[in-house]
Amino acid sequence: MKKIYVREEWCLGCHLCEYYCANANLGNGDMAKTLKGAAICPCIRVEEDDRISFAVPCRHCEEPHCKKSCITGAISVEGGVVRVDKDKCVGCFTCVLACPYGAVMPSADGHAVQKCELCLQNNTGGAPACVAHCPNRAIIFEEEAEVASA
Amino acid sequence: MKHVIIGNSAAAVGCVEGIRRTNSTDDILLIASEPHHTYSRPLISYLIAGKTDRQRMKYRPDDFYAANNVTALLGKTAVAIDPAAQTVALESGETVAYDTLLVATGSSPVVFPAEGLEQVQNMRTFTQLQDAEALLESVGENTRVLIIGAGLIGLKCAEGLRSRTANITVVDLAPLVLSSILKPTPAAIIRAHLEANGVGFRLGTSVAAFRTLPGGGYEAQLQSGETIAFDQLVYAAGVRANTALVKAAGGETNRGIVVNTLGQTNLPHVYAAGDCTESPDACTGQHKVMALLPNAYMQGEAAGMHMAAGGAPLPCAPEPLIPENAIGFFGKHILSAGIYFDDGAEGKYEDFDGENYRCFYYDASAQRLMGYILLGRAERAGIYTALIREATLLPEAQFQQLRREPGLIAFSPEVRAQALRKQVV
Ligand SMILES: Cc1cc2nc3c(=O)[nH]c(=O)nc-3n(C[C@H](O)[C@H](O)[C@H](O)COP(=O)(O)OP(=O)(O)OC[C@H]3O[C@@H](n4cnc5c(N)ncnc54)[C@H](O)[C@@H]3O)c2cc1C
Repeated sequence: MKKIYVREEWCLGCHLCEYYCANANLGNGDMAKTLKGAAICPCIRVEEDDRISFAVPCRHCEEPHCKKSCITGAISVEGGVVRVDKDKCVGCFTCVLACPYGAVMPSADGHAVQKCELCLQNNTGGAPACVAHCPNRAIIFEEEAEVASA
Repeated sequence: MKHVIIGNSAAAVGCVEGIRRTNSTDDILLIASEPHHTYSRPLISYLIAGKTDRQRMKYRPDDFYAANNVTALLGKTAVAIDPAAQTVALESGETVAYDTLLVATGSSPVVFPAEGLEQVQNMRTFTQLQDAEALLESVGENTRVLIIGAGLIGLKCAEGLRSRTANITVVDLAPLVLSSILKPTPAAIIRAHLEANGVGFRLGTSVAAFRTLPGGGYEAQLQSGETIAFDQLVYAAGVRANTALVKAAGGETNRGIVVNTLGQTNLPHVYAAGDCTESPDACTGQHKVMALLPNAYMQGEAAGMHMAAGGAPLPCAPEPLIPENAIGFFGKHILSAGIYFDDGAEGKYEDFDGENYRCFYYDASAQRLMGYILLGRAERAGIYTALIREATLLPEAQFQQLRREPGLIAFSPEVRAQALRKQVV
């Protein structure tokens, strides 16, 4: 399965991934129009200090704590992708409490949670927006493990 | 092999899914007293508030039993286990045989005797779908509701009913709300928040006697001398693990059915999981009842994997269990995990900015985060929970950085790479 990986030495700390993620999940085309002046609520989050920066997306864990902890059954795994049914979710935040990466987020209105679904749930056509728009290839979308060439 | 499961809630579902991770052919028979498709018990208060419905509160999709090849006997109650014959007797007179058995019977509300309580016709406990449905019928705009118990269940009920009536009073002998998960300072913040949202409290007192009023309705006479008139009583003073079946069969029980991390009881081929059990707390090693839904699911899953494995290696290790809870009232979230130190003890770090309250319990000699309570801001709290669950070695400087802001940046580049980089094998 293809997953999002992060190469922190390539991250410029530009936060474009956050903007493109938020925009993709709002389902809007023109980013400047939709996000101008608005507080964004992306599923991917950039961490930084004065030395390093890197983005943290959902890991789509094989043993997903968020899914096992979900009290409503709103979180499921489909083909390796950990997904959330916002219609079932009541926003109790048990998954926020459970995710070891801090990658399940309260949604902007606080009534449900949101998480990276590899852009399957929005209109980007399955190519994650954060990856597509990272200017320095610090976020990549690749098959899981591969054998190192000797 | 034939696996029998008593129960149809989080622990039972975890067991079904645990079995089916490795095994698609063994027979699974599930027996439950409640006649419903598996539903999320905590959502009964959201049902009252109109924030979910019967369909959306299903814990698994409609085809769950069929998709997992489970025979479900819903609306049937197990009355005895015979561990020598490996059979379960049902109230209906049938007997079913098992190769392995999971007891996932949950807990039942406790009701303490009080003078006149038996006269209160409009009395309900609040743990089942049928309780929520009855309250939806009986509570309207003018109904005065009295709730006994300011714990998680009583307060969730109060929040749900607040959308129907403005007249709700909660009585509890404890001087604090949520005394099982909060310390005095955060409890006072939550109480004030609930009061601001229209829930009344009488704490540190209890009901001495109930009376039926001649003109209709009832009256509760409190120990404090005050009387409160009401139309509907909700009794939410606590729950007790359903241990009777295992106890009568000679199994070891204490406050819950005693199990190990694989869910095994001391009876051969008999497992137990969920609210009916007590099991090792990964944070302290002590056996305790950790009656929360995530734990019920993960215990059930571990038991299911082991029941199906027949001695073969499990598809994954049982998840370490700790007390961990997220609950919210009127938009304010409470996240808590692990254990708390006594007030005044070293290692307690508390701050409150008027909006968000945070308290951490850090053991400097063991270099471990032991527990936390967060009110308000919830974002990325799972980073803290994982440190407690995994008993991660956490030097003080790292703890101090994390305490300011939860983030993977506090960890070493190697730990981060493990989490975020593509692993080359
Ligand atoms: C109002 C409310 C709010 C809650 N909120 C939260 C929350 O926010 N977060 C959280 O983590 N937890 C919460 N909980 C607790 C949570 O619901 C439980 O931890 C969870 O349901 C435990 O699951 P279980 O499978 O162990 O047992 P239960 O859910 O109690 O289910 C037990 C099952 O066993 C069946 N059964 C029992 N005895 C027999 C018998 N003799 N024969 C046949 N069947 C039998 C019952 O019919 C039922 O299907 C809440 C509980 C309530 C009541």
